[in-house]
Amino acid sequence: MARRLPRKDVVIVGLGWTGSILALELARAGLEVVAIERGPWRDTATDFNIGTAPDELRYAVRHDIFLRPRQETLTMRNNSSQTALPIRRWGSFLPGNGVGGAGSHWNGQTWRFLPDDFRLRSHMIDRYGEKIMPEGHQIQDWPMSYDELEPFYDEFERCLGISGKAGNLKGQIQSGGNPFEGQRSSEYPTPPLKQGYSQELFMKAASGMGLHPFPRPSANISSAYTNQYGCSMAPCTYCGFCERFGCSNYSKSSPQTCVLPALVREPNFEARTECEVTKVNLSGDGKMATGVVYVDANGEEWEQPADLVLLCAYGLFNVRLMLLSGIGKAYDPNTGEGVVGRNYAYQTGSGATAFFDNVNFNPFAAAGSLGAALDDYNSDNFDHGPHGFVGGASITNAHTNGRPIMYHPTPRGTPTWGSAWKKAVRDTYQRVTNVGAQGSVMSYRANYLDLDPTYKDQYGRPLMRMTFDFQPNEIKMANWMAERCEEIAKAMGAKTTQINRLNTPWNVVPYQSTHNTGGTVTGSDPKTSVLNRYLQSWDVPNVFVMGASTFPQNAGYNPTGTVGALTYWALDAIKSKYLKSPGALVQQ
Amino acid sequence: MQTDDRSAMRAKFAPPTEKPKHSGMSRRSLLATAALLITTSGATAKVVTKVLPWRPNEVYPVTPVVPGGWLFFTAEEAAVIEAIVDRLIPTDELGPGAKDAGVTTFIDRQLTGPYGGHDWLYMQGPFSDKPLPTQGLQSPLTPRQQYRQGLAALAAYCKANFSGRSFVDLSGEEKDKLLAGMEKGEVKFEGFPSRTLFNAIYANTVEGFFADPIYGGNKDMAGWKLIGFPGVRYDFRDVIDNPNKPYTLPPVAMQGRQAWGER
Repeated sequence: MARRLPRKDVVIVGLGWTGSILALELARAGLEVVAIERGPWRDTATDFNIGTAPDELRYAVRHDIFLRPRQETLTMRNNSSQTALPIRRWGSFLPGNGVGGAGSHWNGQTWRFLPDDFRLRSHMIDRYGEKIMPEGHQIQDWPMSYDELEPFYDEFERCLGISGKAGNLKGQIQSGGNPFEGQRSSEYPTPPLKQGYSQELFMKAASGMGLHPFPRPSANISSAYTNQYGCSMAPCTYCGFCERFGCSNYSKSSPQTCVLPALVREPNFEARTECEVTKVNLSGDGKMATGVVYVDANGEEWEQPADLVLLCAYGLFNVRLMLLSGIGKAYDPNTGEGVVGRNYAYQTGSGATAFFDNVNFNPFAAAGSLGAALDDYNSDNFDHGPHGFVGGASITNAHTNGRPIMYHPTPRGTPTWGSAWKKAVRDTYQRVTNVGAQGSVMSYRANYLDLDPTYKDQYGRPLMRMTFDFQPNEIKMANWMAERCEEIAKAMGAKTTQINRLNTPWNVVPYQSTHNTGGTVTGSDPKTSVLNRYLQSWDVPNVFVMGASTFPQNAGYNPTGTVGALTYWALDAIKSKYLKSPGALVQQ
Repeated sequence: MQTDDRSAMRAKFAPPTEKPKHSGMSRRSLLATAALLITTSGATAKVVTKVLPWRPNEVYPVTPVVPGGWLFFTAEEAAVIEAIVDRLIPTDELGPGAKDAGVTTFIDRQLTGPYGGHDWLYMQGPFSDKPLPTQGLQSPLTPRQQYRQGLAALAAYCKANFSGRSFVDLSGEEKDKLLAGMEKGEVKFEGFPSRTLFNAIYANTVEGFFADPIYGGNKDMAGWKLIGFPGVRYDFRDVIDNPNKPYTLPPVAMQGRQAWGER
């Protein structure tokens, strides 16, 4: 039986990007805030110390700072005719753990989605007719527009000090930036990172083809910066230890760098770490949350009552907590009814590898978001009519690192071991680069999340089951993008190129992307969404859910910029509307 | 963080023996403190409030591997691993291979740690006999069990198929042929999939050849020197400022450079 603790105004589940921002802002608004985090406290000076941080084996290969599957994992299968089995070792995606969450170990690519992405369904049908929509899709418009979110994108980018070059300032196209982006109210907080030699070749080749390359927006920041909370960052040194690592330099935006130093000084904030929330408690009629139950490091159970419950765990685990707590109706793929777990989506990866002669790309001099990108083939920036697919991709030339356990590419057909392999590894390291397409994934009736009937976590609660595969629309799109990438690679002057088509079926082993979206989507209709436009539960109005689980489908970008914008957007609604008059912010 | 902020925080940080100082305690902070006391009286939550939980000089380093002897392998097993990794990444005109770079020591020490027991992985059953290829690792065997059972099966296979000779006694050509058969899963061991053993050794060999030397492999940073990886210098602003130029400085590891190789 859980022992009951004194009531708090706000309980936050998970202390990553969304949890730390909400905690800071709500504590400053005068509320008593407690954040409950199942992983350990992590800080730059201790956990990401420069003497221990650049350790590829420990962090990138053995997954030292990630969520350990022993603590929680998912089961997976490609379609509902198969039996799901547990993801025993992370591969395709890497959930974070501990204070900072995945915001500690990310690469830092911080995009805004395009205006068309927010009204994808109506835009595509208006322009091309119903016939372009893929079979079995559940694509839906977002319940807010790009213009409504813009001030909150801006706020999040200022919190992180994002480096980049605006392409559209208040409607005026700017040279050097992305001409396809939605209008921005202000320039990026810091100038773009310097680019490497391969990006120089990419920008030149792409411009020559009539495309519009630009340095991609980066949370590995280019110059010293102090954000709105008084937290300061130092310039990136291009060390090449970003994704899968914490940053020792205070150069990669993370909760540790940008929020926690201010947050811990708020006297009415408290964090409890190594405590796992197991359930959101509901009132007798199920219409209000009364708090959460958590288990501490000794296995003791506690009840934390609170007036407001904010789910800020990694998106997938927010979905699971909703399912386990019975908030909202679980999605049933057979009837198409129910919403929690519906519209799970992901990201495609395809492209081309380019081999050169006599160059020194120096791949180790890198940053997680260093790279040049173009959006000519993203969203609906090009005519989809002749292609018969929905969606698009951001195309990038990047070196994020040259860490040799995982990065020692060889041309296809090279022996996998022996002296010939060794020679190929040596000869290729400096002269290979990649043009990659990170593509959108639409939502489908067949791709969803629910509770597994067989496998349990350490507390005996069912694991979540992921049923997912790439659908024909995504395969067609990603493979078309791979051809575009190869054209650019050839124009860069590559001696030889290799095309990398989308790997199908979706396989949990090779790393692909920690961009898992959907499951608690935001929308205008409670029949097809879990949350209203303020990320507030339709069913239990004192529960709000943050993260990429709120996306109705995924766009051709990394999600964190949009996750951050949505957090500030929901925060604004909580502060300006909900706290004044607690209750449903949108009437059904 | 700002410099000012950092010194303020250091000033604020109280060593464990000192009581934190609170000036002008408001009703709110009184209540917060009360809540804290109630919380900590019974719960083992690590509670963070008002100051960062940080102590001077506290970091979490790994323990450097000291080469010499075997902690997991028997002498016979170690000899077979030495012979295998020497074929996978041979010493040749390009420089030292896996054996000379200490990869066997690397694997031995890795197997004694959390990796060797799959300590961090989800190891609850039931274990499926017929997982899909897309479902990844589904074996109940830990790396320690894979090596122990796999090497025993390899020894039995060699004894039966090479007139009683052990793997280490085979010619280079025989070793390569057998390894290639294991890689493809074409060689059938008694009671253990040959491919599973190959995959484990192969993955760990590449890891040991390229991991920081602190783990016992990549001796003298041989793997890094082969490809021109400068190691953990953590500052390549000079390289970014000079695109397409060869990098000429020698590599550096977590324990530095000169000291490495001294035993």
